[in-house]
Amino acid sequence: MIEVVFGVFLLTLLVITAVAVVRTENLFVAVMLMSIFSLLMAANFFILDAADVALTEAAIGAGITTVIFLGALALTAQREKRSPNGRFATLGVISVLAALMIWATFDKPRLGDPDAPVHQHVAPWYLEQTPELMGIPNVVTAVLGSFRGYDTLGEVFVVFAACIGVLFVLSAGQGLDRGLFAPDPESEGLRHHLIPKVVGRLLVPFIVLFGLYVQFHGEYGPGGGFQAGAIIATGVILYALLEGEASALNALPRSVLLGMVVGGALLYTGVGVAGMLLGGNFLDYSVLMSDPVIGQQVGIVLIEAGVGITVCGSLLSIFHAFAAREAR
Amino acid sequence: MSLSAQLPALQIVVPLLTAPLVVLLKPRGTAWAATTAASAMAFAIALAIAAGVLSGETYNYAMGSWPAPYGIALGIDAFGSLILLLVTGASTLALLGCRRSLDADIEQQRQPLFYAAWLLALAGLSGIAASADAFNIFVFMEISSLAGYIIVAGGPDRRALPAVFKYLIMGTIGATFYLIGVGLIYMMTGTLNLADMEARLGDVTNLDPVLVAAGFITIGLALKAAIFPLHVWLPNAYTYAPHAVTAFLAACGTKVALYVLLRFDFFVFQGNLAEHDIQFSLFLLPLALLGILIASSVALFETNLKRLLAFSSVAQVGYIMLGASLVTVTGLTAGILHMFNHALAKGGLFLAVAGLALAARGLELRQLGGIARQMPWTFGAFVIAALSLIGIPGTAGFVSKWYLIQATLDHGALGIVAVLVIIAGSLLAVAYVWRIVEAASFGEAAAQPDTGAISPSREAPTVLLAITWLVALLNVYFGVRPEAPVELSRMAAEILLAHLL
Amino acid sequence: MELLGYFNYWVFAIVFAIGLYAVIAKLNLIKKLLGLAIFQSAVFLMYITMDKVEGGTAPIIQKGIEGQLYSNPLPQVLILTAIVVGVSMTAMGLAIVVRIKEAYGTIEEDEILDSDHTA
Repeated sequence: MIEVVFGVFLLTLLVITAVAVVRTENLFVAVMLMSIFSLLMAANFFILDAADVALTEAAIGAGITTVIFLGALALTAQREKRSPNGRFATLGVISVLAALMIWATFDKPRLGDPDAPVHQHVAPWYLEQTPELMGIPNVVTAVLGSFRGYDTLGEVFVVFAACIGVLFVLSAGQGLDRGLFAPDPESEGLRHHLIPKVVGRLLVPFIVLFGLYVQFHGEYGPGGGFQAGAIIATGVILYALLEGEASALNALPRSVLLGMVVGGALLYTGVGVAGMLLGGNFLDYSVLMSDPVIGQQVGIVLIEAGVGITVCGSLLSIFHAFAAREAR
Repeated sequence: MSLSAQLPALQIVVPLLTAPLVVLLKPRGTAWAATTAASAMAFAIALAIAAGVLSGETYNYAMGSWPAPYGIALGIDAFGSLILLLVTGASTLALLGCRRSLDADIEQQRQPLFYAAWLLALAGLSGIAASADAFNIFVFMEISSLAGYIIVAGGPDRRALPAVFKYLIMGTIGATFYLIGVGLIYMMTGTLNLADMEARLGDVTNLDPVLVAAGFITIGLALKAAIFPLHVWLPNAYTYAPHAVTAFLAACGTKVALYVLLRFDFFVFQGNLAEHDIQFSLFLLPLALLGILIASSVALFETNLKRLLAFSSVAQVGYIMLGASLVTVTGLTAGILHMFNHALAKGGLFLAVAGLALAARGLELRQLGGIARQMPWTFGAFVIAALSLIGIPGTAGFVSKWYLIQATLDHGALGIVAVLVIIAGSLLAVAYVWRIVEAASFGEAAAQPDTGAISPSREAPTVLLAITWLVALLNVYFGVRPEAPVELSRMAAEILLAHLL
Repeated sequence: MELLGYFNYWVFAIVFAIGLYAVIAKLNLIKKLLGLAIFQSAVFLMYITMDKVEGGTAPIIQKGIEGQLYSNPLPQVLILTAIVVGVSMTAMGLAIVVRIKEAYGTIEEDEILDSDHTA
């Protein structure tokens, strides 16, 4: 009961925040509100028993997305120009669409209904078979890494594509040598501010450590490659904010980041191909070891590592591509 | 496990695995070579699959050896194999022909990133064609879209940027609509596998959410497929993309979305929603007819060669949808066959455009004055492909329009209207093609640029010329000997209709 | 109480509509991308709502506890994937916006169109 009330409260706040994001003309405020929107969403996911998703939404939605938006705002504009009025037609059409969708909800299974079709088919099989076939407790990781590992492979390539896309688009005009590879040496971050520096320095190692924990603990608790990659990336971004773009790039040069992106994607695909070479299907981890259950575990650890490396490398490359660009 | 059983996975893994490697290939030309090699290999795999399908095989593949619906299944039937042929063939020919053209459009240091994105687009489109899982289709749709935005953004004109932005916004809305539709069906059936969805929807008593899902999926995919009036992203994206990219995407990009639309609709909805065939026709037939007429008319007044051809593509999507919306074997055969033939014609046209663009000062029609005299061979191939686009007897375009007319004539008064629209559309095509030919042959020879640095041979580079002619001659070949594509299309149509209620 | 079981879906529909409105009606390109992010988040909410089972807990199997209900892991996996797609699209979109600003000097859609028409 208390969960329902809390959920209704959070969702109402969510709607209010969404309206505020759309209405405010200050883009900086809009981005900050968007970050709050994501946090509220993450809290909702947590109430709905989706711990893994909540962790990802908090790290990626509220964290990384906000940073990328801020990086882009610094290069473009702080304020939106007033949009013309007379958008009532659009508003009308969309209201009708929303009303239609609300009407359709009454035939849906209601929240938490244990008899809903989604809980009858496929999902119970995962819950039953995972301990037997993989011997790991986190079913989300099992489905993500193995049962639907091909989707996750696709996902890694979406992140890979985003990374090369941002690098490709932002390398135009400035040339790779100047714009992308030489950050402004004058940028010093918050080095002269004592409190952020001290607190931040303390925090960065713990963030990275927590990221590694999430990476390697993904089979047992909420976590895995996506979350870990995003968390470690936030740690490095915090370092970049404190010490300046240049020091962060000295610690992790662009070529290393690009190597991570490529290496992670290759590691994942390589595990899949290894399954093929050893006589199974693509992404069949059972054949990796003589014991299929151990094979599955090894496969999942390897591909999660691939996911984490690619996600971390991509997000940092994207961050640097925006942050190191000079406004003109 | 035999190699032939692994073909469906290899179809996708080959380009996917090559893409990260290409990023690392800095030396000049190596990225192009590796990309072309991977694409050619994918084309060979697609040919092997098509040969297998023609001899009666179907390819099913369980990713990770997990049985469907628990794991993700691939399933390639006649329809899928036709689409795979289009995707891999278009990519390979565009890459082989357009190396010089791409060198001119994209700076050397940026090329590895560009080619990696090209391979991802290839892998994404192939992945959609091969997949039998609704969510997996979404994932590969996103790979292909994202990679598509990247390669279109490679266009040298600044107007490429707003064009890509619009493409990205509308593409993401389309994909998200599709995701909502899939979610609603998942909610009612508990499965994501297309075949399993079909089976389990039979037991669902309350079909309203499924109806809403059908609406979302149809609109989402119609956005991706540029079905009139949801085509607004297409003309600028095609116009300002690098020419090689236009040749690649115009040949297969929208067709893959149409393929998913037809497959989803026939596999999942037609067998389970009462009178869905009538809803399907009522929704798509008017759009198809309007699309043919309006887009062709707009093409008639376009002054930019690539934009003109892009609007013609919107009209051709109308022909394909017209055939499909009849929901008969002949209609679907005609529609699917037109996907293949239009890919040949448009691919050939845009390859020729890539050749013309290397010599012409610009692609506005007035800037093309006298180009036919300066580049007779390149322009000759253009004209042959254009004849196929119009549907002159003896070319591939004629065969599919012929089938289409036959299919519509079975439908009484409505059929007569449809035939009139097809004829009107073809006449409009004659008119807009004539405008190009007129400008190029008889137009005032554009004043030579003052630099005078024009090479003595003004023809397109030999390789590009050869590839363009190859495609032009394929248009003639499949006009005279259409058996193989007709057979594949007929098989595809029968597979789709087997799911009818 | 019965009706509150649908509350999540109503919020999904409303947030979906708010996002879509921003994408279509706003002229500022960054605002459009923010709208797109809201619009995609709404879909996440729809998927995650279905995974909940009354009295269930996160799908992490605890040894030795019999009869424990677990929420459905599958929508969670799908949405993990979709969240990453979302951030990828946003990053790509923002990169294009930055280049548009450099090429046109503005990120308002109407001004971009004007600038191309007069040029």
